[in-house]
Amino acid sequence: MTDSLRRDPRSEWIARNRLHPLHASMQPLEASWVGPSGLIRKNPHVLGFAGPNGLKRIDRSGAQQGGSRQRARVDAAVQLPLHIIEQPAFHIVVVPDMVGGRLSSHDKDLFGLANTLAGSEGAVVAVVFGEHKESAFDTAGIDRLLHISSEAVAGYSPEQRVMMLRAVDAQLAPRHWLIPDSRTGGGELGRRLAAKLGERPATRVWQMADGQCIGRAGAGQQDLARTAPRLVLAAAECADPVGDTRHEVRAIELEDVLVHGAARLDNRGAVAVDPALTPMAEAEFILSGGNGVRDWDLFHQAARELGATEGASRVAVDDGFMPRDRQVGATGTWVTARVYLAVGISGAVQHLQGIATCDKVVAINQDAGCDMVKRADLAVIGDSTAILQALIDRVDALRQGGIRDAA
Amino acid sequence: MPHNLLNVITLVSVGAHPVTGRARRAEQDARAVELGLRLAGKELQLLHAGDPQVEALRAYLGMGLAEMTVLQQPPRADVVPALGDYLRDAGAQLVLTGSQAEVGEGSGMLPYLLAEQLDWPLVVGLAEVESVTEGVAQVLQALPRGQRRRLQVRLPFVASVDNAAPEARQSAFGPARRGQLRPQDVAVVEDMLLEEARLQPARPRPKRLKVIKAKTGAERMKAATAKASAGGQVLTDMTPEQGAEAIVTLLRDEKVLR
Ligand SMILES: Cc1cc2nc3c(=O)[nH]c(=O)nc-3n(C[C@H](O)[C@H](O)[C@H](O)COP(=O)(O)OP(=O)(O)OC[C@H]3O[C@@H](n4cnc5c(N)ncnc54)[C@H](O)[C@@H]3O)c2cc1C
Repeated sequence: MTDSLRRDPRSEWIARNRLHPLHASMQPLEASWVGPSGLIRKNPHVLGFAGPNGLKRIDRSGAQQGGSRQRARVDAAVQLPLHIIEQPAFHIVVVPDMVGGRLSSHDKDLFGLANTLAGSEGAVVAVVFGEHKESAFDTAGIDRLLHISSEAVAGYSPEQRVMMLRAVDAQLAPRHWLIPDSRTGGGELGRRLAAKLGERPATRVWQMADGQCIGRAGAGQQDLARTAPRLVLAAAECADPVGDTRHEVRAIELEDVLVHGAARLDNRGAVAVDPALTPMAEAEFILSGGNGVRDWDLFHQAARELGATEGASRVAVDDGFMPRDRQVGATGTWVTARVYLAVGISGAVQHLQGIATCDKVVAINQDAGCDMVKRADLAVIGDSTAILQALIDRVDALRQGGIRDAA
Repeated sequence: MPHNLLNVITLVSVGAHPVTGRARRAEQDARAVELGLRLAGKELQLLHAGDPQVEALRAYLGMGLAEMTVLQQPPRADVVPALGDYLRDAGAQLVLTGSQAEVGEGSGMLPYLLAEQLDWPLVVGLAEVESVTEGVAQVLQALPRGQRRRLQVRLPFVASVDNAAPEARQSAFGPARRGQLRPQDVAVVEDMLLEEARLQPARPRPKRLKVIKAKTGAERMKAATAKASAGGQVLTDMTPEQGAEAIVTLLRDEKVLR
């Protein structure tokens, strides 16, 4: 935004119009008035207005009314009001999934629900395990943050986490536990906790209010309505996320942590799966090629090198370069990849529809003005063949380096 | 390769066809049976708690098994105590279940409660048993997005399977007819939940709308006309190597480059 001072004809007009609702606030500050001792006092700063060249002008004819005040700039980042709970009457504990170290939209929905349950008396506590990358805990609606970063709960460790949560239960005696009923961890952790605490949870809950909750039952053909139990596994979109308050995110500690008993599940780490075999709708990382791919052998090589599942635009499929089941878009597969790398795809609406839920889109394209570049979080403008080749070389070098580092 | 010395019990339930609602074999339970058949072959034992008269149970026998034990339970009973007692006495080493029933509450708690009652470890989303050596099983766990995780767990344990487990073989009519359902009388524990809870037809959930929390007309206008994505970084006029470097940095930040 430029800093040059401008006249604002509209506010001048409002200042002249006594019937306008904003009239009072637009009145110029008094430039002279009779002080308590009867002397005339003057405030020269409020006299006049800024001219088009930024110089101050004083109109002595007496005609000037509005516009004398410099327009206050609207601050771009609005500071939301801070919600403070000093002495919480009760606690609502949420255990977010933290997929990729950040709050997922599912997590945020749960915090929204937790805040409606907490009202103005209760505090919403988030229990976060391990390292995280989240910086917006405050606007998600978290009053208290219990960050457990001990070695025992790093990685996949449901049994130890349940032990920790049991300690949390003893310490805070929360009124409700809210855990996302997701396949990314919450569904399992919540059920393990329920079994450990001997609570009967409500699962797949999509509505909760007034002490009642409704969740899907069976294979999804029925709903189960019941009084809300203490432990609730809630579905995505069970409530709206918090939007108009900031919260303290005050750190709290777990008092006595005793994790005993060796873990009975021994995690041997992730197994390399062939990305070509992962169904495209589920794939996490897709390399997708369109009409702008000139060298398809290179494209396949890049997919192998990057460990990406292959996708394609309709043109690439129609031209016979890719099989039909690889088509992404309205008439193909709707993908949910976290990272979608589009090579030589112009970004027709039918294609963009299919990648609407992708988190990060990267485009390689010759045309900086095409829609895919507008949609992309990172766009590299250039020839697809050259960039794919450079990408392969770079990843190759990285792999070599990694092996050398490890040795 | 069947692990012939492994004592595997698969718990099965009665499912419902998603369109007609007719009783059938439950999809995930059938996958659990399939997995059990691959592990123990014909030695696999099937266990159901409920009504032995239900014909749909025979579909599991049609997958190539001669008999099934049925612990007789009325419709509204808590089957966990009965199942737990039976499993402990039966000397099971691996108990397979589906991850969610197709009728009734379908909370998916059964494997967790059984594991808690028996004090056995629980593997969620079992996809494959790779090996069993000296009482320790090495298994693959299915994760979202087609990923797999390798776990080691001591026998005996409970495992639930989901749709990542191998697809169930077809059920043959003849063996299904010939198979035996062997009822057993066991104690009944009443389930109190349905005293207060109601099952009702599922209400379709509304699609979430984009809520615009604008206070002034100008903000509303902006929200209505602005593009969803503010647009990202566009790198022009650079060598392919620099472009590749930027892409690789992003891929590594997102941890998709393994
Ligand atoms: C009813 C209907 C349904 C459809 N459904 C789908 C669908 O499901 N999925 C789908 O994908 N499409 C679908 N389409 C087609 C869609 O409208 C577009 O035609 C198609 O997506 C365009 O594919 P493209 O981007 O690969 O090709 P183009 O539009 O030809 O784009 C090629 C891009 O590559 C770039 N390029 C060219 N050469 C190079 C180079 N050497 N290096 C780098 N970049 C280069 C160009 O700048 C351009 O941006 C549908 C169409 C209709 C009518």
